[in-house]
Amino acid sequence: MIVTEFARNQWYVAAYGHEVGRRQLGRTILNEPILLWRTEDGRAVAMADRCVHRRFPLSESPSHLVGDRVVCGYHGFTYGPDGVCVAVPAQQRIPRTARLRTYPVVEQDSFVWVWIGDREPGDTLPPRAPWLVSPDYATVCGMEPLNARYGLLVDNLLDLSHETYLHGGYIGTPEVAETPITTEVDEDAGIVYVSRHMDDAACPPFYAESTGIKGRITRWQDIEYHPPCLYLLHSRIAPVGSPPPAADGTDSHAFHVEVVYAITPSTENSTYDFWAVARDFALDDEKVSDFLRDSNRTVVLQDVAALNTLEEVIAREPDRYQELSVNIDTGGLAARRLLARMAGDVPASQTAVR
Amino acid sequence: MSARDSGARDGRTVYRIRWLPGTDRLHASCFCGAEREFEDPVILWDWLLGHPEGHLPRPPAEHDSPAPAAALV
Ligand code: FES
Ligand SMILES: [Fe+2]
Ligand SMILES: [Zn+2]
Repeated sequence: MIVTEFARNQWYVAAYGHEVGRRQLGRTILNEPILLWRTEDGRAVAMADRCVHRRFPLSESPSHLVGDRVVCGYHGFTYGPDGVCVAVPAQQRIPRTARLRTYPVVEQDSFVWVWIGDREPGDTLPPRAPWLVSPDYATVCGMEPLNARYGLLVDNLLDLSHETYLHGGYIGTPEVAETPITTEVDEDAGIVYVSRHMDDAACPPFYAESTGIKGRITRWQDIEYHPPCLYLLHSRIAPVGSPPPAADGTDSHAFHVEVVYAITPSTENSTYDFWAVARDFALDDEKVSDFLRDSNRTVVLQDVAALNTLEEVIAREPDRYQELSVNIDTGGLAARRLLARMAGDVPASQTAVR
Repeated sequence: MSARDSGARDGRTVYRIRWLPGTDRLHASCFCGAEREFEDPVILWDWLLGHPEGHLPRPPAEHDSPAPAAALV
């Protein structure tokens, strides 16, 4: 079954760093309304987006920032970055319970990660996507709201054979659906790997136009999913007949694209679909950036439309939900199992895959 | 990068599933060394995650497995 429960006590991407500034941003993550903003010295903070007084959203105008304080737009309760209320209108005494919950924040690889849970993160850090801020890569990115449960997006991204059908003419070619995959689950690390290596494939427009390759390609798709939130697709594109990567890891004959998704559940049936595309070629070519941004956004919106439809269908038949898994679903089934375990804190050996 | 480098590291609790080229079969291997082929990924995962139940490490070659003197019943 698609996992619908949330995995708490985990890091989630709440926003891109560039979205968080001196204007409040409201996001709902795992059903928790969260206010994001930046202090005057540039620190990103996350706190409850409901005023303790009458619950007016602090992200909504006329709520506003004054220096390092948030002023509620309804009656003026004022809060510091630690969530503590520092001013109440017309009275001296501030009730001791006048305090907003704050969330641990890590800003990393262009993302603002927020820890959602009942305990502190301790030494646990969010997984990395270093290409997004590397000077050796050029990155385009965006976020599309999805009106579907997050499990549908996990299923979608773990099985790229859908590229052939849903994204034909963009990133799909017949070889994607035709080529067998290998799947690995690293139980200790909690990572799912799915690889599809196409030796001789048509070059879809997404790569033909951005790389300038005219003929057929060797196309490798190596997925690395760090549940619950971070999905990495290492994509290697080279003209057929190019030398493989050298033993030391250098790979100068190929083009590399790192496609990164952050899958952040908002409510039971809505999700933030963060996407980024980082490339190691044509770094200063604005035309390539524009093309990849437009193309990838189009592809993401094709997924969004399909998954929104699927959500409506599934929501209407909760007890008749039936599905059939085949070989292409091997990776998706593994991801579901890890998610179910994280959501329920169930030991690995007791999580059935269904 | 090679297929191997991009995946899980060796020596950990790792499950591996290979789709056998040219067939509809999936080859599963458990971290304990047990291997088996399947045609249905759901049944495959049930078996893998059922470790150690039914996970016989690779059967030893015949010459190094002398028949027991008497069968234990
Ligand atoms: S609701 Fe915020 S001050 Fe009244
Ligand atoms: Fe897609
Ligand atoms: Zn085993």
